[in-house]
Amino acid sequence: MIQIKDLHKSYHMGSNSLHVLKGINFDVKEGELVSIMGSSGSGKSTLLNILGMLDEADEGQYILDDVPIKKLNEKIAAKYRNEFLGFIFQSFNLINYKSALDNVSMPLYYKGIKRKERTERAMHYLEKVGLGDWSHHLPSELSGGQKQRVAIARALASDPKVLLADEPTGALDTKTSYEVMELIQGINDEGKTILVVTHEHDIAQMTKRIVNLKDGLIIDDSKVEQIRASQHV
Amino acid sequence: MFSRDRWDEILEALNANKVRTFLTAFGVAWGIFILVVLLALTNGLKNGVLKDFGDFATNSMFMWTQGTSKPYKGLPKGRYFNYKIDDVAAIKSQVPNLKYVSPRNQLGGFRGANNVIRGTKTGAFEIYGDYPEYIKQQPMDILQGRFISYSDIEAKRKICVVGTGVVKGLYDKNEDVLGTYIKINGVNFLVVGTFKMSNSQGDGEQEASTIYIPFTTFGQAFNRGENVGWMAITAVDGVPITSVKAQIFDLMKSRHKVHPEDDRAIGHFDLSEQFARISGLFSILTIVGYFVGILVLASGIIGINNIMLIVVKERTKEIGVRRALGATPWMIKGQILHESLVLTILSGMVGVSFAALVIWGLNAILDNAGPVENFANPSVSMQVVFVALIILIVSGLLAGLIPANRATKMKPVDALRIE
Repeated sequence: MIQIKDLHKSYHMGSNSLHVLKGINFDVKEGELVSIMGSSGSGKSTLLNILGMLDEADEGQYILDDVPIKKLNEKIAAKYRNEFLGFIFQSFNLINYKSALDNVSMPLYYKGIKRKERTERAMHYLEKVGLGDWSHHLPSELSGGQKQRVAIARALASDPKVLLADEPTGALDTKTSYEVMELIQGINDEGKTILVVTHEHDIAQMTKRIVNLKDGLIIDDSKVEQIRASQHV
Repeated sequence: MFSRDRWDEILEALNANKVRTFLTAFGVAWGIFILVVLLALTNGLKNGVLKDFGDFATNSMFMWTQGTSKPYKGLPKGRYFNYKIDDVAAIKSQVPNLKYVSPRNQLGGFRGANNVIRGTKTGAFEIYGDYPEYIKQQPMDILQGRFISYSDIEAKRKICVVGTGVVKGLYDKNEDVLGTYIKINGVNFLVVGTFKMSNSQGDGEQEASTIYIPFTTFGQAFNRGENVGWMAITAVDGVPITSVKAQIFDLMKSRHKVHPEDDRAIGHFDLSEQFARISGLFSILTIVGYFVGILVLASGIIGINNIMLIVVKERTKEIGVRRALGATPWMIKGQILHESLVLTILSGMVGVSFAALVIWGLNAILDNAGPVENFANPSVSMQVVFVALIILIVSGLLAGLIPANRATKMKPVDALRIE
């Protein structure tokens, strides 16, 4: 599903140059649930941003679902993001003046789907994350866990190939974190490929494979025995 | 572009910060309000001044005789002369581009003595001898009967057309006017019509106390013979009377043995020149109105521009999220432009409506309080409203352009990073 070869990325700040990714190679197959770990500054977020086409690599190859991702203009990048990717952010990034339902239907809006079908599909995903009754609440009326579940529903709404989660539990307490992870595992069980960036070991243990980053290089990439989040809840 | 979804997005965004939206909108509403009211006031001033011209055909002049000031061909200076009825035919045939040439004679006038009698009633009125064309130079509404006709002129019929003031003065209420006789300076005239000035302003009373009789009848009945008191001459549309009047003067001078350089012998009043001067003044005033109005509006537009910049900055993260979810830069730009356009046009319409209300109020006050000198009927044409609308659309787009570009300039990753 995802193939990355020799990926480099540096940031320039004035005269200083910061080499963040120093040649990353890794593949993700369909249906995998991968966690990317590493201390802060290890380049895990940068990697995720490049995978998410929010940022572009300086060098290297990135193939997503057999489509080479290279030198995209913003219009095509937007289309690919919409089609291939679902984002889950640490700070949820819901649009605060839109109801849960409208938030979830946004990717569908950008996909150009008609209102009626959009609402139906958004509602379906909201029910899937267990928030059917909350569809008309604003984000400010929801708890953190609920917000993240709305965000997950939003990420799922356009039926993307890959879900990218950047510290999805970073802003949640342990109990809620596990609930969210349980949801993510459930989605993975249905066959969706998911990448989770995290620095929490217990969260990483709930994925099927852990990739460890340090100073812009992969130092460890191993499959793990998945711990079901439902055991903790 | 103007789908319902987009509208929902915009209304949500504008609703998200009501006070700010309102204050921004106020700037534009105020600008367009000033623009429209300013133009309406200019128009009111113009209407007020131009109403002194009545609706006499403006491309006209009046021409009369004065004493000569130079001896010529053995004739002394200080000689008085009269235009004759032949002069009219001569002008018509020899001077091109003239629409109407009406010779006129007058009897009675300002504070004149009683000169009209009907039974036991008497009155002092202005009596004019006129040709049928005169009604085309000085429009008036014939209320009953008819105006003077050419057969009246040829047959020198003793008929007259009287103003409403005459009817009021000489007749009882509900009395039949047509077919009755009135005695003007001892001569009986049959009343064949009544009139009122089409758009009487100011001189209404004087105009209403006017009696028109055929020019030829006037000459015979009141002993003027072939003499012409003065002429009202109108040029065809598109040829200013000012440009042909010299030809007329030269013709008159040669016909009456007046020295060709004796400019004092012929008196005239050029209505079109006066009219052009005053309408020129008001065109300038209108331009000033537009200028000031648009400048005030511009500050409102800059306000919108400013607010949209702030909005874009505040929503940087939201825009980043939207782009992560698949919004193309043009969708974002379109949204920002659309937002600024909606804000501008909506507030502009509020401003126009409010201006309309004020203008309506002014008119109502003017109607109640009676006429004010040099000011009447402040109003703007649909054309002005249309121009204002176009200005609003253009400026709404302009106000949104910079913020829209700003919104998509940032890489999504940077936009998302902002807290």
